[in-house]
Amino acid sequence: MNSTTARRLRVVGALALSAALVGTLAACSTPSSKPTAGGTYTLWDPYPNRDASSTWAKAVDACATQVGVTIKRTASNTGDTVKDLTTAASNLPDVALVDNPKVSTLADAGLLTTTKQNGFDVSSISKNILSAGQIDGKTYGVPTGANTLGLYYNPTVLSAAGVDIASVKDWASLTDALKKVVAAGKKGITFSAVGTEEGSFQFLPWFWGAKADLTKLDSSEADSALSLWTDWLKGGLAPNSVIQNTQGTSWDEFKTGDFGFAENGSWFKSDADTAGFKSIQIPAENGGPAPAPTGGEFMTIPIQKDTSRYATSAKIVACLSKGDTAATALGYVAPTKAGADAQLAADPTLQGWITAVGDAKPRTADNLGIKYGKISEQLYTAIQSALSGTASPSDALKTAQAAVK
Amino acid sequence: MTATQTTPGLPARGGTGGAASTGAVPPAAAARRPGARRPRRWRAQLTAWAFIAPVVIYLLVFYAYPLYRNVDLSLRAYTLRSFIDGTAPFVGLQNYVDVIQSSTFTPALINTAVFTGVSILFQFSIGMALAVFFFRNFRLAATLRALFLVPWLLPLLVSASVWAWMLNSESGVVNAVIEGLGLHQINWLTSPQWALVSVVIANIWIGIPFNLVILYSGLQGIPGDLYEAAALDGANGWQTFWRVTFPLLRPVSAITILLGLVYTLKVFDIIWIMTRGGPVDASTTFAIWSYRLGFGGESPQLSPAAAVGNLLIVVAFIFGLIYIRVQQRVVRS
Repeated sequence: MNSTTARRLRVVGALALSAALVGTLAACSTPSSKPTAGGTYTLWDPYPNRDASSTWAKAVDACATQVGVTIKRTASNTGDTVKDLTTAASNLPDVALVDNPKVSTLADAGLLTTTKQNGFDVSSISKNILSAGQIDGKTYGVPTGANTLGLYYNPTVLSAAGVDIASVKDWASLTDALKKVVAAGKKGITFSAVGTEEGSFQFLPWFWGAKADLTKLDSSEADSALSLWTDWLKGGLAPNSVIQNTQGTSWDEFKTGDFGFAENGSWFKSDADTAGFKSIQIPAENGGPAPAPTGGEFMTIPIQKDTSRYATSAKIVACLSKGDTAATALGYVAPTKAGADAQLAADPTLQGWITAVGDAKPRTADNLGIKYGKISEQLYTAIQSALSGTASPSDALKTAQAAVK
Repeated sequence: MTATQTTPGLPARGGTGGAASTGAVPPAAAARRPGARRPRRWRAQLTAWAFIAPVVIYLLVFYAYPLYRNVDLSLRAYTLRSFIDGTAPFVGLQNYVDVIQSSTFTPALINTAVFTGVSILFQFSIGMALAVFFFRNFRLAATLRALFLVPWLLPLLVSASVWAWMLNSESGVVNAVIEGLGLHQINWLTSPQWALVSVVIANIWIGIPFNLVILYSGLQGIPGDLYEAAALDGANGWQTFWRVTFPLLRPVSAITILLGLVYTLKVFDIIWIMTRGGPVDASTTFAIWSYRLGFGGESPQLSPAAAVGNLLIVVAFIFGLIYIRVQQRVVRS
């Protein structure tokens, strides 16, 4: 080997190393590969805990077979969906499942197709659930199903404390029941008031139950809802840990059997059935059921360069929203009347939750759309502020309203 | 191998003509020498650049570009839409003005200062005390010292979660003890008075091993005869520490404290896991604030988040410069 070739080799080697380095980086920057085969469609969902053997994955596979395509499913955390979708702008999936209050944000960013563009028929979907995906008369997605919040109770604790659940009709009677439970040596109620969207979600039934309006956070109605929670905490009717509880940890608290009541979601129904817990709709301030917020994801069809893909994507979405297979797999109430009826026929104890979902309203309703995100952030900050004793409920809400403007 | 003969002084070759050392070059190439000189110099340059290229590319891609992007991000008004259509209006220093005028700025500044200052103070003094204690080399000293390193070995996620459980208002072991003593429960993580205290306590616990290890190795560098001399002069333990150990440990101490400052300024995981910076802003530091603006809230505010991040970088950079200055002085002395 002579010197020039050796040197040349070294130069080539060093350049190759740099090229490899650049190449690896370039490879890193493209998160997922575009489906090449015409028959492969990508679907993103926020259910990483549901693996290939889950009923949800099976429902997806069944639809793939029915439509005659291959569906490549990618699951990531809910919190990351918006970020993932925006940063994947040039490489969007064919179908993306998005938490319903985020639909308006993504639609506003110009990421989603309307039903007019993708040709999907939404006439059979329940109006109140669907409205979370509607902005200015355009529909950007279809719900997989809906869940909502209710008031679970532990019959053993209540009967020991001498509380008749039929007497719980409004806030005053609920507070009385909590006092009786605490007097009997148990704990009152647990919920989640954590400083995230979950906190706002859990507060909304009380907020709306006081007839407060999300566009006026500092109203006296809003104050009375936040004061209810704050007084429960001060009076020892609710534990201080609710300030940090997620809905999951709150449910864990309730499952200890020490609590009389728990505000939590319909997704815990089967768990509650096993433990012998029952549920009612959350009462409004002056009686009657309070409207609870709807939860659950929307199936959206993000913008594609190849618009001919929409037709097939719409077929996949239609398959997943039809009947109750997908909704039942996810523990949701089906988005169509037919689907909900089928679920009720299979399990009559679902009646309460189906009624609750019928009474529920989406967080982005009242044409709040993209504004909801900012309002919610201020709302849960106000909740944190009042419950931790940083500010009085009315001051906290005034600060929140000022920050929204 | 001929290659080794020709490598030394590559750039110098072109200049000296290198007739004597080109023995390995075939006669044909030597004959073309006047014309070959230029390409060879060029090739030597290329070789030099090719060797430097991996490092330069690494630095550009992983340091310069992200930093540039962060500055650029902070000078524009980025929204989610910006990622789609690529437009983000240039707003100059508006994001910085907004951040400084924000109601979170003052609490975050005070919290960052208190969090960093108090953490360093306790980490250093406890670390120092333990280092001196273990330097006596009593039985089981090595085992005990190893045990003190545990906080360092545990993933931060684990440590912070365990602290959060222990300090939980209702079911935490700390409150169980306090109530067992007949006192009233303390809402460690959920009251505005205690949240910062709680995260500082956890952070001190996590930082002690680092201080212990560095100060312990510093102690080993102090000559033993100085202690003997001090003992002969009749100095007691306290005097030995303040007159011998502490002054001789000063260079090591300075570096420990400055490194600790840079580490503590950017602490994020412990606070986020324990309190998420709350309640409200009670335990929000700059690092937490930046993350919360960008990713924690319901509407991502990436540009203000970048502005807060840059402020933090500037502060860390100043401490970094001081660190380099101090280190140079230590090397010189």
